[in-house]
Amino acid sequence: MDREPIDINEELAVFDKPQNVKRLLIVFFTCVALLLLVDLFYHRHTVFAWEGWFGFYCVFGFVACVVLVILAKYVLRPLVMRDEEYYDER
Amino acid sequence: MTSASLPPGLIMILGALPAFWLRGRVKGTWMLLVPVVSFAYLLTLPHGQLLTIPFMGIDLQLARVDRLSLIFGYIFHLVAFISNLYAWHVEDRSQNVAGLIYAGAAVGAVFAGDLFTLFVFWELLTISASFLILARGTERALASGFRYFMVHVAGGLCLLAGILLHVHATGSAAFNFIGLGTTGALLIFIGFGVNCAWPFLHSWLTDSYPEATVTGTIFLSAFTTKTAVYALARAFPGTEALIWIGVAMAAFPIFYAVIENDLRRVLAYSLINQVGFMVVGIGIGTELAINGAVAHAFNDILFKGLLFMTMGAVMYRTGKINATDLGGLYKSMPWTCGFCIVGAASISAFPLFSGFVSKSMVMEAAAHGDMRLVWFVLLFASAGVFHHAGIKIPFFAFFSHDSGLRCKEAPRHMLLAMGLTAVLCVFIGSFPGYLYKLLPYATDYQPYTASHVIAQTQLLFFSALAFTLLLLAGIYPPEIRSVNLDADWVYRRGGVLVYRACDRIFNGLNDWANEIFGKRLPHVLARFFERPGGNVQKHVLRLAAEMSGDLPELKKLEEDAEKRCRTGAYPIGLSVLLAVLFLGGMAVLYLI
Repeated sequence: MDREPIDINEELAVFDKPQNVKRLLIVFFTCVALLLLVDLFYHRHTVFAWEGWFGFYCVFGFVACVVLVILAKYVLRPLVMRDEEYYDER
Repeated sequence: MTSASLPPGLIMILGALPAFWLRGRVKGTWMLLVPVVSFAYLLTLPHGQLLTIPFMGIDLQLARVDRLSLIFGYIFHLVAFISNLYAWHVEDRSQNVAGLIYAGAAVGAVFAGDLFTLFVFWELLTISASFLILARGTERALASGFRYFMVHVAGGLCLLAGILLHVHATGSAAFNFIGLGTTGALLIFIGFGVNCAWPFLHSWLTDSYPEATVTGTIFLSAFTTKTAVYALARAFPGTEALIWIGVAMAAFPIFYAVIENDLRRVLAYSLINQVGFMVVGIGIGTELAINGAVAHAFNDILFKGLLFMTMGAVMYRTGKINATDLGGLYKSMPWTCGFCIVGAASISAFPLFSGFVSKSMVMEAAAHGDMRLVWFVLLFASAGVFHHAGIKIPFFAFFSHDSGLRCKEAPRHMLLAMGLTAVLCVFIGSFPGYLYKLLPYATDYQPYTASHVIAQTQLLFFSALAFTLLLLAGIYPPEIRSVNLDADWVYRRGGVLVYRACDRIFNGLNDWANEIFGKRLPHVLARFFERPGGNVQKHVLRLAAEMSGDLPELKKLEEDAEKRCRTGAYPIGLSVLLAVLFLGGMAVLYLI
């Protein structure tokens, strides 16, 4: 494969610097907070009543993903995870 | 050419043959030219039933051109062109030929106006696709390709049985609305379902797509499932069962995708998840829902192809595809990383990216039909798909921890193919009118309302927030080298277990019978027939003694019997008794 040797003197890339990661996170958290606040000022046109509740999509998105990860990690993984060579054994 | 003289798929199928002998740039150019010529031919075709050929009392219709078949025809040509550009460097005959035939078969299938023509192209899809998997040549790929072939042959036979029953019952082979109701229709339904990767019938997809070649997977991701989506939209729109099948498809793969380590397998699971949206749309069956299903199929071919291309490029350069082995590649492959993010944004349905303008059509159709549960599961799936395809794929491949891998950027032709697809994703997302004009039904759907944009952005950002917080808190499941059991266990391991069980039961029975009838019984019989007369007497005596309890004399009597038997000195009375018994027995038999 076309792998180049690692140059130990190579410059640190953008996300190798912790302060850049930190900045990115701050920007991200600010966006998230602003998006939640939008619900205070804008009333959505909705099909279902619950879509109009304050922060419905925010809460749903967050909770859905937490539930997804928790279920996948603590329920599905113990059930289905096997050794990488599971199917190769004869 | 103004009138139809060839079925639309045949140009690519015939064009595949010279690809067998061509090499280098000539081959590359040829592979790009064939889809373009085929597409140009398609544009010349008028709407309607063209090329009707009577055959054994049935009308074969090789080219049925209408809005539904055309939009699939367009996207199949487009993706064939892009895939061939991506595969410019491939000098493997079997892959090049199989790729073009595969694309041609898909085009042939969507323009088939009767069920037999559909079936022929359907089977050609299976055969050509198998070569794209086998061409990888690894032991796993060979086994996986074989399984792929067997599953699809089984599905194809189911389809054929259904077609025969259906034609026999209705007297027509026309490929129009069928609807559930008869056995034949049900078998056709299931036959389509195998290719559509319905739950429990899906594992051929997640088994084989990650095992195919780098370029083969791009072809695979586009044609088989989308042809099945087309077939369902044609024959079973508004079938309620499809809504629930689609809901299951949209929901369950995202759990697998979260814990899967092989990034191409993550994409395979998310493919099923996206096809789930389309199947729900077909099941709802309103104009908006069918439009949504078709538009989403169109977009999914592009953004899923793009994601598979970026992962293919990573694999091509590093030789690795497991999340555990990758990370930090944004330094080495910045363009590929950028294209991957565009694909991720598109599949997650970010505003201005293609998924945004099609996925919501299906959701809105569900909402208008007041299908609350369906709507909630689809919303859950929308959040989930962002989580695993939108964040996980780019994050673990290009960011995360630095794996120490340093490689070249993807080759130029791959970058061109990815760039072209990325531009299309953004273009369709930003100017959806062009796509909407091609849809089967006229639509005035407006994706860009403030409510929709805000709601979707909130959903996605808070999904991302969940990912970020779970990752920072260390709760996000670490990638582990592993195999995750799925429905293919039934035939991969279950098959072996059945084989072993059969081995135990039947070979055990065989051994037991051999022991009894082959060894013990002859032994006993041989001993008995050494002295049949004496033995009969001995056993009768024993029986009589046991019944009367007169044991002391038994031994002496036995010895006497044995002696008589040995010397042949039987008293006449006994012989007479035996003769009388024999004659009596014969008399009874005779009377009966």
